[in-house]
Amino acid sequence: MSLALIVILPFLGAVLPALMIRSGRAACALSAAWVTILALGLLLTHVPAVLRGEVIQVGWEWIPALGLNVNFFLDGLGLLFAGLILGIGLLVMIYARFYLAKDDPMGNFYTYLLLFQGAMVGIVLSDNILLLLIFWELTSLTSFLLIGYWRHLPEGRQGARMALIVTGSGGLALIAGMLLLGNIVGSYDLTDILQHDPYEIHNSPLYVPALLLILIGCFTKSAQFPFHFWLPHAMAAPTPVSAYLHSATMVKAGVFLLARLWPVLSGPDIWFYLVATTGLVTMVVGAYIALFKDDLKGLLAFSTVSHLGMMTMLLGFATPMAAAVAVFHIINHATFKAALFMNAGIIDHETGTRDTKKLGGLLLLMPITATLAVIAGASMAGLPPLNGFLSKEMMLAEVNQTAWFGQGWLLPLVVTAGALLSVAYSFRYVVHVFFGPQRDDYPSKPHDPPAGLWLPPAFLVGLVVLIGLFPDAIAGDLVRATTAAVTQGGAPDVHLYLWHGFTPALLMSVIAVAGGALAIWRYERVRAWWYAGPHPEAKAMFDRVVAAAIASSKRLVLGLHNGSLQRYLALMISAALVLGFAGFFTATHGSGARPLLSASPVAAIIWLVLLAGCGMVIRYQRDRLLAVIGVGVVGLIVAAMFVYFSAPDLAMTQISVEVVTTILILLALYFLPKETPVESSPMRRRRDAVLAGLTGLGTGGLAWAVMTRDFTSLSSFYLENAHDLGGGDNVVNVILVDFRGFDTFGEIIVLGIAGLTIFALLHAMTRGELYRRLGAWQLDMTKSADRHPMLMVVITRVMLPLVLLVGVYIFLRGHNMPGGGFIAGLVVAIGLIMQYMASGYGWAAQRMTINYHAFIGGGVLIAAVTGIGAMIIGYPFLTGAFDYFSLPVIGKFEVASALGFDIGVFLTVVGGVMLALAHLSDLGRWVSHAPVNEQPMDTLPGAERRHGEGSE
Amino acid sequence: MNHWIILPLLLPALVAPLIALAVRHDIVLQRIFSVSSTVILLVLGAILMGSTASDPVQSYHLGNWIAPFGIVLVLDRLSAMLLVLTAGLGLAVLLYAINGWDAEGRHFHPLFQFQLMGINGAFLTGDLFNLFVFFEVLLIASYGLMVHAGGAARMKAGVQYVTINLVGSGLFLIGVGLIYSVTGTLNMAHLATEVGRVDAADRALLEIGGLLLLLVFAVKAALVPVQFWLPGTYANAPPPVAALFAIMTKVGAYAIIRVYTLIFGDDAGASANLAGPWLLPAALVTMVIGMAGVLAARRLGEAVAFAVIGSMGTLLAAVSVFTQEAMAAALYYLLHSTIAGGALFLIVDLVNQRRTGYTDWLRAAPPFVHTGFIAALFLLGAMAMTGMPPLSGFIGKLLVLDGVRESSYAVWIWGLILGTSLLAIVGFARAGTTVFWKSAAVGGYLEPARPLAPALPFVAVGILLGASIVLTAFAGPVTVYLDTVAEQIYNPSGYIETVLPTSGHPEGVRP
Repeated sequence: MSLALIVILPFLGAVLPALMIRSGRAACALSAAWVTILALGLLLTHVPAVLRGEVIQVGWEWIPALGLNVNFFLDGLGLLFAGLILGIGLLVMIYARFYLAKDDPMGNFYTYLLLFQGAMVGIVLSDNILLLLIFWELTSLTSFLLIGYWRHLPEGRQGARMALIVTGSGGLALIAGMLLLGNIVGSYDLTDILQHDPYEIHNSPLYVPALLLILIGCFTKSAQFPFHFWLPHAMAAPTPVSAYLHSATMVKAGVFLLARLWPVLSGPDIWFYLVATTGLVTMVVGAYIALFKDDLKGLLAFSTVSHLGMMTMLLGFATPMAAAVAVFHIINHATFKAALFMNAGIIDHETGTRDTKKLGGLLLLMPITATLAVIAGASMAGLPPLNGFLSKEMMLAEVNQTAWFGQGWLLPLVVTAGALLSVAYSFRYVVHVFFGPQRDDYPSKPHDPPAGLWLPPAFLVGLVVLIGLFPDAIAGDLVRATTAAVTQGGAPDVHLYLWHGFTPALLMSVIAVAGGALAIWRYERVRAWWYAGPHPEAKAMFDRVVAAAIASSKRLVLGLHNGSLQRYLALMISAALVLGFAGFFTATHGSGARPLLSASPVAAIIWLVLLAGCGMVIRYQRDRLLAVIGVGVVGLIVAAMFVYFSAPDLAMTQISVEVVTTILILLALYFLPKETPVESSPMRRRRDAVLAGLTGLGTGGLAWAVMTRDFTSLSSFYLENAHDLGGGDNVVNVILVDFRGFDTFGEIIVLGIAGLTIFALLHAMTRGELYRRLGAWQLDMTKSADRHPMLMVVITRVMLPLVLLVGVYIFLRGHNMPGGGFIAGLVVAIGLIMQYMASGYGWAAQRMTINYHAFIGGGVLIAAVTGIGAMIIGYPFLTGAFDYFSLPVIGKFEVASALGFDIGVFLTVVGGVMLALAHLSDLGRWVSHAPVNEQPMDTLPGAERRHGEGSE
Repeated sequence: MNHWIILPLLLPALVAPLIALAVRHDIVLQRIFSVSSTVILLVLGAILMGSTASDPVQSYHLGNWIAPFGIVLVLDRLSAMLLVLTAGLGLAVLLYAINGWDAEGRHFHPLFQFQLMGINGAFLTGDLFNLFVFFEVLLIASYGLMVHAGGAARMKAGVQYVTINLVGSGLFLIGVGLIYSVTGTLNMAHLATEVGRVDAADRALLEIGGLLLLLVFAVKAALVPVQFWLPGTYANAPPPVAALFAIMTKVGAYAIIRVYTLIFGDDAGASANLAGPWLLPAALVTMVIGMAGVLAARRLGEAVAFAVIGSMGTLLAAVSVFTQEAMAAALYYLLHSTIAGGALFLIVDLVNQRRTGYTDWLRAAPPFVHTGFIAALFLLGAMAMTGMPPLSGFIGKLLVLDGVRESSYAVWIWGLILGTSLLAIVGFARAGTTVFWKSAAVGGYLEPARPLAPALPFVAVGILLGASIVLTAFAGPVTVYLDTVAEQIYNPSGYIETVLPTSGHPEGVRP
């Protein structure tokens, strides 16, 4: 339990600094430090058990379906890393308290730092590789926040993004790799994986892809060549962040994972050649670049790259002893590198610059800082008797025993060169900053920092010396326990000594030190030689790649989504064509068996008119009024065809819908240009013609195929049962209000919504920018002198009661004869809208104070309540009931619940149509700046025609 | 008769007209009605979901007509779960909208309720034509919501939205007509039993119908090449509406899942697995276009809209494998991507309202009110959307990768999911640093153009992000549940048997 608490504490504690900053910076830093101390204390309680060789485990199931468990375990490797993370974390927190400036948001800083710390501890204690992935990605995210901490600096933002992109993409590769590894083993739990037979893993066909993907994850995180370039740019972070993330923790996560999976992944040649070679190249390249970095943090960053390469190389050797050396160097590197980063931070803080060219001669001005730098730098160079010397010697010894492609001399030679460069840049750090003449142009006057800044690195430097002098006493047990964990039992008996005698390794060291010293002595010449060479600028290349990715994304995506509806529709229609024809040709098909009927002359004429109507639409499509008439012709012919095929209901619906929509379009056309401009190129018109032609042929073919074959469907049931079960003789109406009344319920809602939407749309037009544009709109056509012609007014008045009567009639007979609420609603709406057209909206609206919202709302409610009535007596929604009654005079008649439903339909149709039409015509009146007429028509019979503006 | 099933439809169908009829002049009453209705919908959804534990498939015969003659509503685990998701998202969005967005134009609340009704209807109906009707309901309501409050750009995007979807409706009718012509039925359970028996001579008509329906559902689900309506619509719709639309793409995904497992599933004879060969490549391309769009975006809202497209690609890639394991993963991803998309659109609006003069354009601008806090919310939302741990996107991604493992195209799916994740990460990192971090380098301070609403918008965002966290923390039980959902999808006999009992009439059928 306490194991899980070590991971959870930093996450929970991350809230504290964000809150405690309210009571000051010290409280804020202390809260963060206490969280770390607590976690560290918990960790230390497990030290004895782990050093005894025990493995502490704790776990819960999280997502069993995935094999993702919240399992933690602590062994030597976990202990080493968790100790480094928490220990150095504590030092960094103290250091940062004095480092951050007054206007830096300190609460955020410690919150991010604790989140990062939790994620790191999570990585090293996870006993489930999927859980490890979660923490792994979290370190990418939190380091993104930390590197970009100074968000006003472009370098900070870019460095943060670069780190996120590189380590994030490595993380994605790692996800795939881990899933494959889990697939091979059959479990995602590390303890299971580590106990799995390595040979079985190596022989799996998935081993190589899994290995490659995992290595990409590790190499990106640990800044291995060629992914090394992000690390120096992460130096835009505040120095405490660099000291923490880029010396001791995050960049070591890759090395940690290599070590963690070492027992099961290492062994085959591919491991050696990939891992050892990458490490070797990284070690040399990193050291080479470091030597010529003027920025102290840049120098240290590339030095870190180089040392990480060395650890990777050692793990790549795949021998237990090499692994032990790697473990020892992890400890040593963390101590001297964190100290040096803090040191660089002090220099920056106190002199105002980290540029070696502006520094030099600080030895006497900053004696404490200089002392610490000299010791830590000497350790980095690998000078005795410091800890860096020890692990370097052991590394050289291992190198001497390793052949690369059968060549025993190659590795020692290259590694010695790398070590030489290491010595050189270490010397440079010390010599170029602290030695040489004092200058008088430091950006600010240098002096030693307050103790808060130099104590943490001093503590680390103390370790550097002590481990160097008494290696086995201080670090021996830890190294042995860790090596045992890394090698899973194959551990050699490691003992750490300062003096190994006169060995080849010592000779290599001497060469390296001598060469390094020479390089610094003749630095100007070396530098000139370096200037002549190529300097591939990784950031520029990276930026170019990202910019190219963005540019090509823009070209692809924004080029595709160019806002052209024509294109979108063309693609959609093309897709339909492809699917339609593919469906046809890939499936079995045969022609219909139904005998064809010969066309009667009437039918032939009707269809000729239909064709003419279609042709008219195409021919006059740019003259919108004519096009509307053409579409109207087509609609009426369709209605005629319904009549021809004995479907009077459909015909009536079609005709009334046709009338209403034509009126609607005409009203809308009032606001639109009367002609469609030519916008498409001839090319595009041809394309569209081909698409339209093919679609027409396809659809026509389908219709032909459907109609030339016999089929059985549900319709026979409806025909047989409409009267007996539905209580109506008009099957269409019974289907609409009973068998499939629920569809109708949905459709009247559609109509109601359409009414509400059009109302809302028109309302929106009377505000804002559109309002101004509409207000400034000039009529683009000649107005009729007869705005409200007397003839029309009279006729519509006379017709109104007739129309209403017809509506009622159609409505009532609907259940048994053609008709019904839907058609009746349309008819009544037409009758009403005619009044608006004749005498104008304003005039009519003053006299018909009906609110069509109420029609819509009421209609839907009545239809729904009719349906709910059935529910009250225990039947499903919309269950119909009917019975026959007889009354004197009237005789026998039927009362059906469907009638109530149909009333709802009727009201909604009237409301929906009227709400739309009425408000559209009102907008038309408003736009033409015409006042509401006082008289119903232009010429009142018996009254003298008045003249002037107001008479209209 | 168990009337519970129809209530998720009936309640908004009553509340919406009631608002239009009685309280349309009183925004406060509208809000009370609307929020109450949505809360009850959430409770109803939970009750229905609970009821599927003991009674996994329930049917409701409208008008008391025996299937396949009447219309039937079917509640199973999948539809119950989606009812809860819809109501939950709807409630969060509504809480956000009632702080002013709803008063920017007319009839927000009736349209909102009708929209919920349409979505719920699409999830519940067991009839193909009735599904068309509900597609119309949700289309017209969504159009009304989309153009809510007006504005030239919004109107233009609205025209594209409604045109493309109307063409889709036309194709829907053709598809349904073709299927009806060779099977003689519209009831989905009945279709499931009939499609296998269609004559060889008629099979092409059946499959053309099936494929045209796939295209129609793909339009709703924003799959390439019919995704074009989405970026413009989402980026121009009022952001709360865009957030609600996060569920609309899932209606398309739902229809694909339902139709191509139940009707054109394994038992469809020669037409089995009709959708798979088309769906997978389309989904993969969708992933690429969507996530590349995140990188290409010029506005924050645009980035989120493209991320929604990309997430639909991931979701449908998992669906297209058509196995039970992949389906369970797809369903988790469905829940996650709906929540994450909704949250991000609301967060974009938080930015919009404060970044006066710059809105969500990806340009450097001075800091604005609550920059830090909104940046944190955005970070969480973007983490979820791009699949960074520990939020639900990461779990969803892992589940999908794990679920499609057996597919012969697993390498493609893996490679593209992971590769496009990177595009999304880069895109969101760029967008976020530009809007939230670069402001620190620009002087001055942006005052909001209008007084900002109190805390409720943050509560709404918090609910959605909280849901993502809950979905992560309780991923164990959730995946167990989703496994039962997927199992039911792949064992349609229970569904068919409930709708069309082979022995005896169900209670109270009128014949």
